[in-house]
Amino acid sequence: MMQKVFTKPEALKDCQTHYCPGCGHGIAHRLIAETIDELGIRGRTIGIAPVGCSVLAYDYLDVDMVEVAHGRAPAVATGMKRTNPDKIIFSYQGDGDLAAIGTSEIIHAAHRGEQITVIFINNAVFGMTGGQMAPTTLLEQVTTTTPLGRDAGKQGYPLQVSELLAILPGAIYIERCALSNPAQVRKAKKAIKHAFELQLNNAQGLSLVELLSPCPTYWRMTPAKAIEWMENEMIKIFPLGRLKG
Amino acid sequence: MAGKIIINAERCKGCGLCITVCPKGGITISKQSNKSGYFPAQASNTDCTGCATCAIICPDAAIEVYRENNILDKPYKKTAPNLKGKK
Repeated sequence: MMQKVFTKPEALKDCQTHYCPGCGHGIAHRLIAETIDELGIRGRTIGIAPVGCSVLAYDYLDVDMVEVAHGRAPAVATGMKRTNPDKIIFSYQGDGDLAAIGTSEIIHAAHRGEQITVIFINNAVFGMTGGQMAPTTLLEQVTTTTPLGRDAGKQGYPLQVSELLAILPGAIYIERCALSNPAQVRKAKKAIKHAFELQLNNAQGLSLVELLSPCPTYWRMTPAKAIEWMENEMIKIFPLGRLKG
Repeated sequence: MAGKIIINAERCKGCGLCITVCPKGGITISKQSNKSGYFPAQASNTDCTGCATCAIICPDAAIEVYRENNILDKPYKKTAPNLKGKK
């Protein structure tokens, strides 16, 4: 007798996503949906979709979602959590949203110790607008705006947001994971679940999980090569592990 | 066959990540495209153990995994070698 041991979580809608083949957003969506299902908080969770490739996250996650101005998710989450303390508020943001235009919002939300959960997807490139350099782009990485590779003298160094936030007393849990292989995906799931549980248990402070995620299209690689590049190059600059909490 | 996977061909985009992680090499890319024009993955299911690594890495949640009951019921302790007794 065969028993079903793995299937699509209920909090994930039954439709095809618009993401490119091999994109890490799909894995991140599934992990969040699994967490929401396991904690049984689907009825009281409100998600905030970002601007970026995952702008249509509300079409895929079957929870209440709002769409906010570019980078302002932590500010909106602040208001939602303060007025509805019994709700579970999470924001889902990419590196263009959180590390570029929304740097101020995330730093001040962490600084104030807002009781929200942030899922930060870092793919080292601006995906939706056509593969331009992001603050998180690695040195010597070729993008459409750095055709000769990112040069530290001209474009600066990759921005390590998690390290920045970890020094703030208002942030209680910061962890960086990678969506590179099944073992790392399992670790990422644990981290996301822990971040949600902290909010569920009324822990005072912001919890953030950074997920290194492949973007095969704008890294101009096959999905398998993108995973390899992430494991060999990206993890050197963005070391995995629990930075705080 | 201790396990079996079912790939939802309409959700699958043929990225091939499942092929890279399958320990038994039991997944290939189909020659038939789906409605979106992608060539989805297909499973042979001959040696499948139901380990679910393919489903865990799948970005499109397109894989359902089934496993034999008796494997699930058997506690790990009983199958693991008894290391404590050895000196």
